[in-house]
Amino acid sequence: MTIRQTFLLNDTAYETTLTRKYALRKPYAPKDPGRVAAIIPGLILEVLVKPGDRVRRGQSLLVLEAMKMQNHLAAPLDGTVQEVAPVPGDTVAKGQLLVVLRRDPDTV
Amino acid sequence: MGQLFENLPNPGFQARNPSKDPPMSLPRKLKDHAARHAEATEPRPEAARKQAAQGKLLARERITAILDPFSFHEYDLFVEHKCSDFGMAKKQLPGDGVITGTGTILGHPVAIYAQDFTVAGGSLGLAHARKITKIMDHAIKLGIPLIGINDSGGARIQEGVNSLAGYGEIFYRNTLASGVIPQISIILGPCAGGAVYSPALTDFVFVVDQISKMFITGPEVIKTVLGEEISMEDLGGARVQSEISGNAHFYAESEAECFEQVKRLVTFIPWNNRKKADPFGAKAPDAALDLERIIPSEAHRPYDVRDVMRAVCDGSDFMEVQELWAANIVVGFARMDGRTVGMVANQPMVLAGVLDVDSSDKAARFIRFCDAFQIPLVTFVDLPGYLPGVDQEHAGVIRHGAKLLYAYSEATVPKITVILRKAYGGGYIAMCSRHLGADFVFAWPCAEIAVMGPEGAANIIFKGEIATAADPEAFRKEKVREYTEKFASPYVAAANGHVDAVIAPRQTRDFLLHALEISEQKAEQRPARKHGVPPF
Repeated sequence: MTIRQTFLLNDTAYETTLTRKYALRKPYAPKDPGRVAAIIPGLILEVLVKPGDRVRRGQSLLVLEAMKMQNHLAAPLDGTVQEVAPVPGDTVAKGQLLVVLRRDPDTV
Repeated sequence: MGQLFENLPNPGFQARNPSKDPPMSLPRKLKDHAARHAEATEPRPEAARKQAAQGKLLARERITAILDPFSFHEYDLFVEHKCSDFGMAKKQLPGDGVITGTGTILGHPVAIYAQDFTVAGGSLGLAHARKITKIMDHAIKLGIPLIGINDSGGARIQEGVNSLAGYGEIFYRNTLASGVIPQISIILGPCAGGAVYSPALTDFVFVVDQISKMFITGPEVIKTVLGEEISMEDLGGARVQSEISGNAHFYAESEAECFEQVKRLVTFIPWNNRKKADPFGAKAPDAALDLERIIPSEAHRPYDVRDVMRAVCDGSDFMEVQELWAANIVVGFARMDGRTVGMVANQPMVLAGVLDVDSSDKAARFIRFCDAFQIPLVTFVDLPGYLPGVDQEHAGVIRHGAKLLYAYSEATVPKITVILRKAYGGGYIAMCSRHLGADFVFAWPCAEIAVMGPEGAANIIFKGEIATAADPEAFRKEKVREYTEKFASPYVAAANGHVDAVIAPRQTRDFLLHALEISEQKAEQRPARKHGVPPF
């Protein structure tokens, strides 16, 4: 049996086949706490901040309507708004980047 | 439930006025009965055409195709719904959209129901549900397998909460019947929303390409709520349920192929948990399958472990369960000396046979089925360990992996383990080791039972020495060889009694047959408890 794919485990290269699920798995990327993304697909109802605004942790950044619920997306840290991607009325996908914050250096 | 069967005058027939019309003679009653029967069973041409256009058989044809000729006996044909809202009073639904009865499959008795999509889209109202729960109650009491054919648009909305009540009563019985009688679900049409939980609670789910559709929320809801567009087939078609979600156990290209799979499965499983599966005549395995030639001696080279299973079982007849999902572990039924056994094996050909979230889940469920139905377990071990990865850890490989340990430890049926080649680390423990209660553990001379493979072990143990050696690579190779000689064998485990016998591959069938034979009366007492709390 000749199988070309290899799978490395404990310094041994095993000849095998990879499942589709394994081959398609997403590589892990560490999460940047300053990047606020949509937790669920939906409609942007309100944008409450603009670039340059200082925000406190827990403060609402925008309102995302999904599953008939108005979700307030809160700032995960004290910081300054660098970028606001959507405008009210935008439909956003899950995981879409909405707001970028820069952490205040003094609050680290 | 009695009130269900007080029939209202059926508008499809000449309503009789008992005070005016003379009593019917027996011949007239027989004629009337035949007319009623024909009215309730004959397919409506338009609906039948629609069903056929989708490559689907009619509900009644499906039952006939699965059961032995002339064995089907139908009950509750004249049950009617009692809903009067939304114009339902005028709607006459033959059998209320579901056919129920009993019959035999290759002589094995079964209870069966089939939802009839040509009657109100097979929608489930209370009378429909009560026909199903009645046949389920029968199956439980009589101790015979239950087969459900699902082909339904879902809840009969006109009946409101009564329709939901019907589903709930079915789920409740699926749960009560679990581990008492085998339950088989065949998905031959839509099975959406809450309805999917009945099959999910049963032991085996059969699906057919392009016909089966299973999902909790359909494409339209997903589009409205989430803005994502996906076809029914891509969301919850047969292929998806068999290969990606693991909800289905058997995949077929056509209804005919599916029915052959159902029949074959029924021959392997018992009628109920009090009875062992019917024995078959013993048959030697295919002599062309030579165990000494199937397995390459180098631990990193692959082979198809199913060849090992076929080489030891009767007639080399192995029926694989969940073949397309988590293929890094193989589970299924075979016979040894005519008796059904459940086989579990790591598959070196796929992902090197590692254990992961899905393969642990798959094997654990299968082991619990076998344990519930007195089917001995034979386990073949050849794995390098658990699959490393962030996705695995985050998906809960700890919790899912624990299911496998739980299932093996909990099982009190005869448990026999054969270590073929690699048995490293936690994987060695999980694959029905002596420590989880295996009755017999055999190992081939090429077995390597150790904490990890020689390469990895030597690199860790001799890390410092390798780094400072004059020729690090030569030194490392020397240490790998040393470790291989010393630990990569079955003899350390055998010296400690963790392995009962080191056997030549060609002795495997003989050792298995003997172990199974002497385990026939195995009885294991466990401390009393209401039930355990497995990690699911």
